Amino acid sequence: RRCPRGLRLPRGARAPSAGVTMFAPCRYLLCASGDFVKVYSVSTEETLRLMGGHADLVTGIQLNPHNHMQLYSSSLDGTIKLWDFMDGIPIKTFTVGSKLLALYTLASAEDSVFVVIPKKGERDTFQLVSVKLTKGAGQDLEAKELSVVLDGVGASMKHVAFGREGAYVVSVKDVNLQVYFFKRKLLNRFSLSTMKTKGGDNHFSCVVCHPTEDCIATGHADGKIRLWRNFHHRKEYTYSTLHWHHDIVKDLAFSMEGTRLLSGGVESVLVQWHNESSCQKDFLPRLGSPIEYISMSSDGALCCTLHTDNRITIINSNLRFSRSIQGLIKSRDVKTGLVVDPRTKALVLNGEPGHLQFYSLQSDQQLFSLDIVQRQYIHQAGLKQSDLVKVAFSAQGTWLATVEESEEVTDPELQLKLWFYNEEMQSFNLNTRINTPHDNHITDMCFRDMDGLGDDSLILVTTGRDCVFKVWVMVEDTDPEAQQSVSWSCDFVGSYHNYQATNCCFSEDGSLLAVSFEETVTVWDSLTWDLKCTFCHPPGNIRNICFGRLTCSKYLIGVTDYGFLCCWNLLTCALEWSAHLNVVVLQPDPLSEHIAAVSWLSKESSLFVFKPNEPRPVYIQRNVCKEKILLAAFVPRDEPEMISSEKYLWLRKSQLFFLTDTQELMTLSTKSLEERLTPSSKQLAVEESLPVTPFSLLLGKHRRQQAQEDIDLGKPVVHNKQEQASPAVKELLHTPAHVLPSASFLCTIFINSLLISKENKSAEEVADEVEMESEKAEDDSDEEDVTTMEQEDTSHMELLGEMTCKLSKSQEKELRRIRKMDYSWISAF
Amino acid sequence: MAAYKPLVVQACPKLGERITQDTLYWRGYKTPVQIKEFGAVNKIDFSPVPPYNYAVTASSRIHIYGRYSQEPIKTFSRFRDAAYCATYRDDGRLLAAGSEDGSICLFDVGGKAPLRQFEGHTKPVHLVGFLSDKYRIFSGGDDYSSNLWDIPSATEIISYSEHTDYVRCGCASKVNADVFITGSYDHTVKLFDARTKSSVMTIEHGHPVESVLLFPSGGLLVSAGGRYVKVWDVLKGGQLLVSLKNHHKTVTCLCLNSSGQRLLSGSLDRHVKIYSTTSYKVVHSFNYATSILSLALSPEDETLVVGMTNGVLNVKHRKPEEKNENSQKRRQPVYRTYVKGRTYMPKQEDFCVSKPVKRVLRKYDKLLRSFQSSKALDAVLEPPIMLHTPEVTVAVMQELHRRGTLRSALAGRDEKQVNLLLTFVARRVIEPRFTPVLVTVADMITDIYQPVVGQSAIVDKQFLKLQEAIGKEIDYQEELLEVLGMMDTLFATFTKKRDTCLEENKSNGLTEIIETNMNY
Repeated sequence: RRCPRGLRLPRGARAPSAGVTMFAPCRYLLCASGDFVKVYSVSTEETLRLMGGHADLVTGIQLNPHNHMQLYSSSLDGTIKLWDFMDGIPIKTFTVGSKLLALYTLASAEDSVFVVIPKKGERDTFQLVSVKLTKGAGQDLEAKELSVVLDGVGASMKHVAFGREGAYVVSVKDVNLQVYFFKRKLLNRFSLSTMKTKGGDNHFSCVVCHPTEDCIATGHADGKIRLWRNFHHRKEYTYSTLHWHHDIVKDLAFSMEGTRLLSGGVESVLVQWHNESSCQKDFLPRLGSPIEYISMSSDGALCCTLHTDNRITIINSNLRFSRSIQGLIKSRDVKTGLVVDPRTKALVLNGEPGHLQFYSLQSDQQLFSLDIVQRQYIHQAGLKQSDLVKVAFSAQGTWLATVEESEEVTDPELQLKLWFYNEEMQSFNLNTRINTPHDNHITDMCFRDMDGLGDDSLILVTTGRDCVFKVWVMVEDTDPEAQQSVSWSCDFVGSYHNYQATNCCFSEDGSLLAVSFEETVTVWDSLTWDLKCTFCHPPGNIRNICFGRLTCSKYLIGVTDYGFLCCWNLLTCALEWSAHLNVVVLQPDPLSEHIAAVSWLSKESSLFVFKPNEPRPVYIQRNVCKEKILLAAFVPRDEPEMISSEKYLWLRKSQLFFLTDTQELMTLSTKSLEERLTPSSKQLAVEESLPVTPFSLLLGKHRRQQAQEDIDLGKPVVHNKQEQASPAVKELLHTPAHVLPSASFLCTIFINSLLISKENKSAEEVADEVEMESEKAEDDSDEEDVTTMEQEDTSHMELLGEMTCKLSKSQEKELRRIRKMDYSWISAF
Repeated sequence: MAAYKPLVVQACPKLGERITQDTLYWRGYKTPVQIKEFGAVNKIDFSPVPPYNYAVTASSRIHIYGRYSQEPIKTFSRFRDAAYCATYRDDGRLLAAGSEDGSICLFDVGGKAPLRQFEGHTKPVHLVGFLSDKYRIFSGGDDYSSNLWDIPSATEIISYSEHTDYVRCGCASKVNADVFITGSYDHTVKLFDARTKSSVMTIEHGHPVESVLLFPSGGLLVSAGGRYVKVWDVLKGGQLLVSLKNHHKTVTCLCLNSSGQRLLSGSLDRHVKIYSTTSYKVVHSFNYATSILSLALSPEDETLVVGMTNGVLNVKHRKPEEKNENSQKRRQPVYRTYVKGRTYMPKQEDFCVSKPVKRVLRKYDKLLRSFQSSKALDAVLEPPIMLHTPEVTVAVMQELHRRGTLRSALAGRDEKQVNLLLTFVARRVIEPRFTPVLVTVADMITDIYQPVVGQSAIVDKQFLKLQEAIGKEIDYQEELLEVLGMMDTLFATFTKKRDTCLEENKSNGLTEIIETNMNY
């Protein structure tokens, strides 16, 4: 696992990174997403299942051509897994041994699949090999029978395609196209000229084969699509060209009959070509972001496009937009930072270009997307787009301030917009638009947070590179006939020795404003706008500042470029303490005194949590992740969580989220990922075990667990073990009495479940108590998991599927117990 | 999938005054009628009863004008010298006027010769008025005294000599028949009760008082003098409520509108300002050719009459409001056809087929949607759009620039089109809201059409015009900067604070400087 213990990704925060496969009954959509394979429902857009088990990026997924309920997946960790995706169970794992970059299956090829692997001994050379999947007992199998089919293929999944009925395979790389006929064992190579004439660029970008005819469609870097025919002959081959795209063709797909060809690219327009002629084409424009992959369902009724911003769009066969599945939208650059909407507790950050996305962490869904720039976005490289750069919410979330600027460096087109939350519409309405609020880029913006006082106290401060900070206030419109009662205007402009203003921050009670000007922090009285005092810690510019809260409100924290974390006392106007730490992110918790600082030192990020009144940190987590953490945010919990560990007490009221430079959203959690996943997977298990009876609810779990452990004793899946006792008891209590087994049997289960389990029970102790019921045992296993989590702290590399041998031992014991228990009472019937 | 977003045209707030209900109301007067009098018009008074004739006192005559007559319907000219302050009684049947020789004449509106003559003042009488019981007259003269007269007997009841300078204005309370007010050049306003021997209240205005006014309720008093209009609460013992300083020369006359919601003041600075009596903010103002001496507003605000120092009487009549009714009548059936069938509630067995809502896009939006840059630019260069909504043209140009296709859209045009384009640019480039975009456009046009300069006389002329416009603007900006620099120096000498404040001032525009200085 790449991230250490404690750091878990919220579900869906990672982009679907590989191809999408549509499914025959059109009910499910499978998608490789990071290390996981996700199963979505096409009709409800819900994530039905998350299948984890790969240790690295999943690079390809293909349905088993002989059994459409099974799925092959390949990963960079060198394994191919066979899944039963209806139940989310891994059936087999084949270890190949080298990185797998793409995966293909063929109906005609009996028990072998094709993968793209790097060629041994040569860098950046890849080959297509066929892997014989041995039919052996057990779950873990070695697949070492490799035979090379093609050499020098492209690394991407889109660079290889198989022809109709698997008669030939096509691969493209740079300007070369090679076709290999399996029957005749004939290899034909064709190449285009590398010369770029008239702006043309002949490099191949993708290839697909016609499903019924001998025809190959290739996409090119200059936006052309070539249709190749007659490629059996080395000399007399022909191709025709279709040209609409102005930039690279990202992906192509043929419809099932081959009459329609779909293409997509950077323009975010899906183009449908009829009968391979360039005169007949349909468009589906404005899909939101560049198209990365296109795939068709096997019955041709639906097609879906995967976009660069972590979104799947499902499109009808008549080229009508149907629905979209989206998690956290990946934007090119999160300039706004992570902001928490006080109203919905949603994470707010850049979404689609020019939009602000409100992302609910609880439901892993985008709540809504607010159009800030309100301009048609043109998907074209080299244009100077304007985008959102700063966002601030007022304390109650009634006001939202946004700053947008164009990408031009010298003369940015700046706009400050203030939005008011409309209760009736349940959305933000534009109240005031200020053109060019500053002469140069705006560096920071904050509202005066005052819960106690009314709206009159609301003040917005912006700092700019034009060496001033400006104070904006609400002005009531005296004219009763005006459309809106308030608008915003500038009240005060302050500067300090013509230094660039970089950061601003209000104290908790709103009486003081701290503005940093390069090396100096200035503190201003927010009533009279008098300069009160200045602090600095030379050398080095101030990178970030914040005030302490609650009991620590007399402290001001600052971070400098030269790697110092300073704490100044505002009462004595003196430096209280400082620490040598290269802090990149400084984030105060709005509900407690704690302040989180993330440092970046030689390729590792470390987290420090401290209170300003004591220089010793409350919590230190070294090497939180390998990537650089760019942003962090405390999200208040709905209700304070019960945290027993002293170490994590600061996470009681709010949760800490990080965003890394690879745009991964992470959080620090005291629970393991499996624990959080169980509710949904259990729910699914209930849905699918037909017919659902109270008995099956009660017993099915045990049965399945047992059956699975019979298949492979060595590798039980973690979450099966996790089925908890308490819900089982709950089910028991909610089942009608007349269908329950005898009370004498249930009594022991019930009483045992109510007992308080002993702390730190060792495995030996558990082994002695064989007669104990399964529910109790499961309680223990929970306990055990906590202890193993503690162990993981030292060895950060815990895999989802892997189990330590100690755990498997306990599983065996548990199995023995369950077996005994189950049969004893069934025989009573 | 998102729909096409129409181009956002940035509407700039209109410069100058904002259009409010008040501006619309006060603008609803026809073009004024100018009547030449023989001398400066010192008083205009409307008869309180229909047909609302008005008496105009100018030089040695009093003219009575009818509502729409441009000629006086009656003239009182039995004055040896100048007449002053012809005032109607509440029932509109008697008219009193003072004169230069110190006598006060009382006329019947129907007759010609004065009914009574009150002698007693030794100097000119500038103030005459009726008390609300109709049987007494009060007056004020340049002999510093204010007298009370009995009409039936034509005798003086009482004389107050409390003012220390000319008494020039006054008014009677409508609530109490014994109370009247006089304002004098000794900077005071005095309130008299006819039942007492001396004044009841004295208010210091601070400037020679030119005009006083009581609100119909009798609780509020308005005085004008110097550049100030001040409102006093009489019931609180003459406490100052608000002091208005909106004129830059002496305020000479005051007047309330018929509803009592608006206060009008006329001044020597040629302006009539209209204030709201709730917020005391100026809601509208009128401009006149010369200094204003007197003004009056007829009941229902039907006519506004203003008298000037040069003897011109300016009469404005309200426009009739009949148009609205007509248009409403026409609209009604249209609305009914519009909602036809929409109110139909579908029954259970009905099968509903929804019709997609068709969005109406402007022509340039349609062209922009299909990426036809050149045609989109053509669409907004059509004269109606270019002349009346230049912001649309500029917005399209900006959008094309953002898309990187502005150059190709501008290129390849013939002489006529280039002429049109250059005319637009030369005219609008100096408008601050358009400058950033149009400078780029001008740059590109010069670049593109550089090779063909000299081939067409029209285009060359336009280029010269553009050059001239830009040159003028640069000179103007330089001058402005000079002024700003001068003002900065001035303000720098005012401030006694730390140097940080100085810097604030330097980096700001004019408005902020004033604001910060007011804070000090």
